[in-house]
Amino acid sequence: MTTQTKTEDTPAPTGPEAFLSVRDLRVRFSTEDGVVNAVDGLSFDVERGKTLGIVGESGSGKSVTNLTILGLHNPQTASVEGEIVLDGQELVSAPERELEKLRGNKVAMIFQDPLTALSPYYTVGRQIAEPYMKHTGASKKEAKARAIEMLDKVGIPQPATRFNDYPHQFSGGMRQRAMIAMALICDPDLLIADEPTTALDVTVQAQILDLLKDLQQEFGSAIIFITHDLGVIANMADDLLVMYAGRAVERGSVREVLQTPKHPYTWGLLSSMPRLGGDLDEPLVPIPGSPPSLLNPPSGCAFHPRCTFKDQVDAGLCSGEKPLLAAGRAAACHLTPDQKQSIFIDQIKPRLG
Amino acid sequence: MSENVTLPKQQDSSGPGNGGEPLLTVEGLQKHFPIYGGFPFKRQVGAVKAVDGVDLTVYPGEALGLVGESGCGKSTTGRLVTRLLEPTGGKITYAGQDITHASRKQLAPIRSEIQMIFQDPFSSLNPRQTVGTIIKSPMEVNGINPPGGREKRVRELLETVGLNPEHYNRFPHEFSGGQRQRIGVARALALEPKLIVADEPVSALDVSIQAQVVNLLQKVQDELGIAFLFIAHDLAVVRHFSQRVAVMYLGKVMEVADRDSLYTRPRHPYTHALLSAVPEADVDSAKKERIRLSGDVPSPIMPPSGCPFRTRCWKAQDKCATDVPPLVQISGNREGHLTACHFPEEPTIAARAEDVVLDPALAALEAERPAKD
Amino acid sequence: MLQFLIRRLTGAVVIMFLIGAFTFFLFYTIPQDFAELACGKNCTPENIAVIRENLGLDKPITAQFWEFMGGILTGRDFATGHCAAPCLGQSFDTREFVWDSIIDRFPLTLSLTVGGLVIFLILGLGSGLLAAWKRGTVIDKAVSGASMVLSSFQIYFLGPIVLGIFVYSTGWMENPKYYPITEDPAAWVVGLLIPWAVMATIFTAQYTRMARSTMIEQLQEEHVRTARAKGMKKSYVFFRYAWRGSLTPIVTILGMDLSGLLAGAVVTEFTFDLPGIGRLAVDSSLTKDLPLTMGVMLFGAFFILILNIIVDLAYAYIDPRVRLA
Repeated sequence: MTTQTKTEDTPAPTGPEAFLSVRDLRVRFSTEDGVVNAVDGLSFDVERGKTLGIVGESGSGKSVTNLTILGLHNPQTASVEGEIVLDGQELVSAPERELEKLRGNKVAMIFQDPLTALSPYYTVGRQIAEPYMKHTGASKKEAKARAIEMLDKVGIPQPATRFNDYPHQFSGGMRQRAMIAMALICDPDLLIADEPTTALDVTVQAQILDLLKDLQQEFGSAIIFITHDLGVIANMADDLLVMYAGRAVERGSVREVLQTPKHPYTWGLLSSMPRLGGDLDEPLVPIPGSPPSLLNPPSGCAFHPRCTFKDQVDAGLCSGEKPLLAAGRAAACHLTPDQKQSIFIDQIKPRLG
Repeated sequence: MSENVTLPKQQDSSGPGNGGEPLLTVEGLQKHFPIYGGFPFKRQVGAVKAVDGVDLTVYPGEALGLVGESGCGKSTTGRLVTRLLEPTGGKITYAGQDITHASRKQLAPIRSEIQMIFQDPFSSLNPRQTVGTIIKSPMEVNGINPPGGREKRVRELLETVGLNPEHYNRFPHEFSGGQRQRIGVARALALEPKLIVADEPVSALDVSIQAQVVNLLQKVQDELGIAFLFIAHDLAVVRHFSQRVAVMYLGKVMEVADRDSLYTRPRHPYTHALLSAVPEADVDSAKKERIRLSGDVPSPIMPPSGCPFRTRCWKAQDKCATDVPPLVQISGNREGHLTACHFPEEPTIAARAEDVVLDPALAALEAERPAKD
Repeated sequence: MLQFLIRRLTGAVVIMFLIGAFTFFLFYTIPQDFAELACGKNCTPENIAVIRENLGLDKPITAQFWEFMGGILTGRDFATGHCAAPCLGQSFDTREFVWDSIIDRFPLTLSLTVGGLVIFLILGLGSGLLAAWKRGTVIDKAVSGASMVLSSFQIYFLGPIVLGIFVYSTGWMENPKYYPITEDPAAWVVGLLIPWAVMATIFTAQYTRMARSTMIEQLQEEHVRTARAKGMKKSYVFFRYAWRGSLTPIVTILGMDLSGLLAGAVVTEFTFDLPGIGRLAVDSSLTKDLPLTMGVMLFGAFFILILNIIVDLAYAYIDPRVRLA
């Protein structure tokens, strides 16, 4: 039904100093209903000390991608193809023991909901100190001192006392701070933050985002920041990857993607989002339809059933052939560069106020 | 006594501040959830003061936005107004009639006029009923027989909310989240309500779907002249939808104003902090003030005395701990712009000479470095 | 914690009292003269009168009830001698003191329970954990399949088969019999081996399935994923994080099973012809022996209530969220 595309979508977008590079990643889950193509030929790079934002809605494959980097997917149901190279080391085929050495050490993660992501059965302090003991071989006492230092750094008052508290004794914002302390305790080179502020209130979110940025300056970690919120990403990221139905549809610096977006999906996201300073007379323009099922994704460009501009492309192209994402600043769309530019200037830009 | 509920005529739907009679008035509303404990016999040892003295007014046909962070009591307020909960104190007046403690029977005629839309489109629809049954049931319960029959009316409603009338016999699980929320809207519209309380109606939806539902609600408001109490935590969505906006914190209204005043000329420090915290998708937007509060919202079990915000406020003085600031129009504010603050801020959201950073961790990290920009 | 204990123990006493009252008065709705029953054949009206007086049946029912309940605290005097507290009365049938009959039978019931418990906990939880660890593999499928089949067996079905093979046809073992452990530990083990094995087989199957499913559920918890994301070893994550969370449901079921077994494993006792508390309970109600029935009921209720409290304490130990609530 689908025209099969060439295996390799994209050449490296990249620079010599890519610290993490993901090439043509494919992740499939076998479920009772069939095979889910959660990630379908994804490539990206993360540079040392920089922040890559990945934006997408639920089911876009953004979270799966990042669980795969650390091998945290379920090996029984998921099959992973492609290449993930971290600082010269191939991870897709790496044995579990090698990955264990990386996790929490060179690469750490922060999850969305700090209440469920921390174990209710152990003290916050113990959970923070654990990876430090494991990766540095520090004694219990040293690890405790380090954990208290980290708690203090992320702004937990009376860290020495709170070390012995359980997660449920912390407020939502404090739990996420504790998660950050846990993630940074081994001074990782890469931090993967999966919707780290989605469960938080807006004033607390602002505190946590700034804290992450300030700590990044101090620790020099690269960050992969996953979110559905374009506002958050504008604040946090250097580069941006927009995902839809398991594929990257647009890539560029944050400024490029948010100011001169080139993909109809990105246009849709931006025009459907109300802004604090937006023009109130300009109605929101939603993207019609709903995100596709990955069990049975649309043929060709996965976005074509919802795309309002597909009639400007040669008949059958959008539904027949998957558009490729070129290197560097690019959008995976069959519209010609001229069409993209004129549509953006004439139709999209005025909507964004 | 309840049969003669009459609505004020709504010739012009310009809504707020038009001097019309309010549709809904809430005065000093309170809801305290008791906490039991103690020894040897359990007794009430305290209360969660979810709503603690809220004043609101909704005019016919207008949308009043209610914003605030989790635990501020906005959802509880919504449930009190629809009388899904019994208020502990205060007064709720709907169309001139006191419904604060009205019985089931007294509420019956009003129930159909105040409808609710819930946050979760998955759990708020009965999975064992067809869409037709779900939308029809409010009419059955209230004994309403529209001309042409209930089924015809349901099909019209499905069309109004942008669903295929052919889907009458389908079950909720056959629909996506956005479509389910449309079903929720159709159910709310079935009784031709005068007021819809929408509790976080779009927050469970994907970004690209949110706008579909916001636009639908806006269409409903414009075309049918229905008033909304729009409860949400997303300030941008609230701004887009509401003509007037009230900001809540720890069970109290901190500030209420017309949309423009609230978003561009806020006076309450908490409103400033909230607006400053909203992340903006514009990389180059005009620089706005930066306020970073410390910690989280205190527990509503033991809210701070006086002004509830004082424990996180950079302008707090002794007076704030002793006197509860009244919700009044302070000098320099437009008509209808009420603020509950002893020491209000300047009416601007422009960047300050110096950022307000109360978070100790941020302050420490930022002090180590020479300030950028 | 102390407050919690006091409150729960007080509650337990009240419930015991209510159970006693309920049983007692329910018994009197049976249209039967207990004195006539105790008298047996060839009974003269004089004999019945004497028996009635001896058993205290001539007094009003409520008086009898208070006398019975009072005896538990203070002891009672009967024609045959003093019955020390906790006195549960005297059997209508055998004239033995009820407490003595229970204490006489209890070691067997306790032995059955403890032996079976040790076996099924070790095997059941062990194989459940193994299956969860090896999820999706042949081992998992074999363990799951076997436990599925075995858990649908019943003691009264499996018991006679095992007896038939090991006792009647091959003669490898004696019929199950109880020897006190204090006298001959080896004989104790050998004598109860078959009932233990049969009982444990069925419980093992149930505990295997439970342990496997709760572990698999726990392994999908987000905090377990966090632990893996920190680089903790698979075994560490398995036993520290996932196992801890599985304890709560396991302890809940264990408490219920244990109190059931201690109150008398009726089916096991009948199947292997062992005179335990369960047999005593059934016999007493067949002979309409009111004091004995009361005694066994209260004895069983005691274990159920105590184990309930122990289970609640265990929750607090396992889960710090319960501790502070």
